[in-house]
Amino acid sequence: MAKRTPLYDAHLKLGAKIVDFGGWDMPLHYGSQVEEHHQVRRHAGVFDVSHMAVVDIAGSDSLPFLRHVLASDVDRLKTIGKAQYSLMLNPRGGVKDDLIVYLAGESRYRLVINCGTAAADVEWLREQSCAFGVDIAPRPDLAILAIQGPEALARVRAVACAEAGAAIDTLSPFSAAQVGTWFIARTGYTGEDGVEIILPAEKAVDLWQRLLAVGVAPVGLGARDTLRLEAGMNLYGSDMDETTSPLTANLGWTIAWQPQDRDFIGRAALESERQAGPRQKLVGLVMEARGVLRAHQTVTCDGVAGQGEITSGTFSPTLGYSIALARVPVAFEGTAQVDIRGRQVPVTIVKPCFVRHGQAVVNQE
Amino acid sequence: MSELPSELRYLETHEWVRNEGEGIATIGITDHAQDALGDVVYVELPEVGSTVNAGEEAGVVESVKAASDIFSPVTGEVIAINEALEDAPETINDSPYGDGWFFKVKMADPAELDGLLDADGYREAAGE
Repeated sequence: MAKRTPLYDAHLKLGAKIVDFGGWDMPLHYGSQVEEHHQVRRHAGVFDVSHMAVVDIAGSDSLPFLRHVLASDVDRLKTIGKAQYSLMLNPRGGVKDDLIVYLAGESRYRLVINCGTAAADVEWLREQSCAFGVDIAPRPDLAILAIQGPEALARVRAVACAEAGAAIDTLSPFSAAQVGTWFIARTGYTGEDGVEIILPAEKAVDLWQRLLAVGVAPVGLGARDTLRLEAGMNLYGSDMDETTSPLTANLGWTIAWQPQDRDFIGRAALESERQAGPRQKLVGLVMEARGVLRAHQTVTCDGVAGQGEITSGTFSPTLGYSIALARVPVAFEGTAQVDIRGRQVPVTIVKPCFVRHGQAVVNQE
Repeated sequence: MSELPSELRYLETHEWVRNEGEGIATIGITDHAQDALGDVVYVELPEVGSTVNAGEEAGVVESVKAASDIFSPVTGEVIAINEALEDAPETINDSPYGDGWFFKVKMADPAELDGLLDADGYREAAGE
């Protein structure tokens, strides 16, 4: 039986089309995925992302432990509430998961990890923790709502207590504050401003209803995917996984190479790969011709050997044409062709970011 | 349950066909199909003057979610395509049996219609 979030009944009541996502019954859309997408780009939308897992790490060795298991350096989180986007790698340098890590307090960290990898992640963390004095606590008692869009902060303020409202006013991007039962983080997966609120599961329905009452649109996972792809953000399991290195997933920037003596899992493999030079790269593709780019279509480039593959593709509701992320040989540039049902369709290779804050930002690579 | 006009005939692959008389048939996709596809963003139609064959691929409909082949329920010459779908593919979601039609065929053998599913047969085949 599939898992359900505390908001499952609320989704049904709104007429959601429910699909299986990593073993969870989740809303794909509530009528029109494209309309929900526009709501987030133009106004504000709320996503139930309670399928994502929260793991709290505490104990005197929390810092050295996370500096060992994560590719980013959590020692750079200097004030409570600050966050990093980070990768957990295997010893071969493959991506076990991508996550956000928050400094939650003195020797306390909070990780938000993907639902499909959550069980394996927790097992992995426990295996790696033997030599460290840490407590690893999954938090299935918590729900997560993401409120995103240019009007998101104002709408959340309208339903928040005075103290939470004040916290939101001072919250800088990529940081969080605990106010009462709300852990409020100015993070998201859409390329728009907004917050993600982690709160006790039993309080999720009430917050959901109050957000809808002030005009925030419910948004399903379908639009979440088109929004993140327009923003050029990777999806774990599609754009990278255990077999791909961050260096071929456009995620090299998340790795803290300094200090050199920090021995994080996967470091040795990545150092060799970096020295040899990665053979592939993750790029953006834009196709202004009619049609839709899809995952697993083949990409070729005139005069360059080898071929690449689309890892995520969709129709971009904001741009009105199709966009994709593709892993291709490093020499690919300029124009390429994608095989769509036997037709070679020209595409432009661009930096993997298409839309930010409601505006098109397509730039040639 | 989705809408299924009783005067139409259907394919298990979710196309409908309307007998317009004088050997002309109009083809589209069902309400159930548009609902399953989600927002339609692109449609590839056969060329006017080309021949389509019953049960064979005649075009493609793409939604934000997936691409899906369109099969022609009948054999004949394509005499019209719904050009308005190029700029407004969402019409297929809004009006699958009306303005969201795909193409019209001059049927080689109108008796082919008799071998197709009726609304009840389609309902059963589609598992509705």
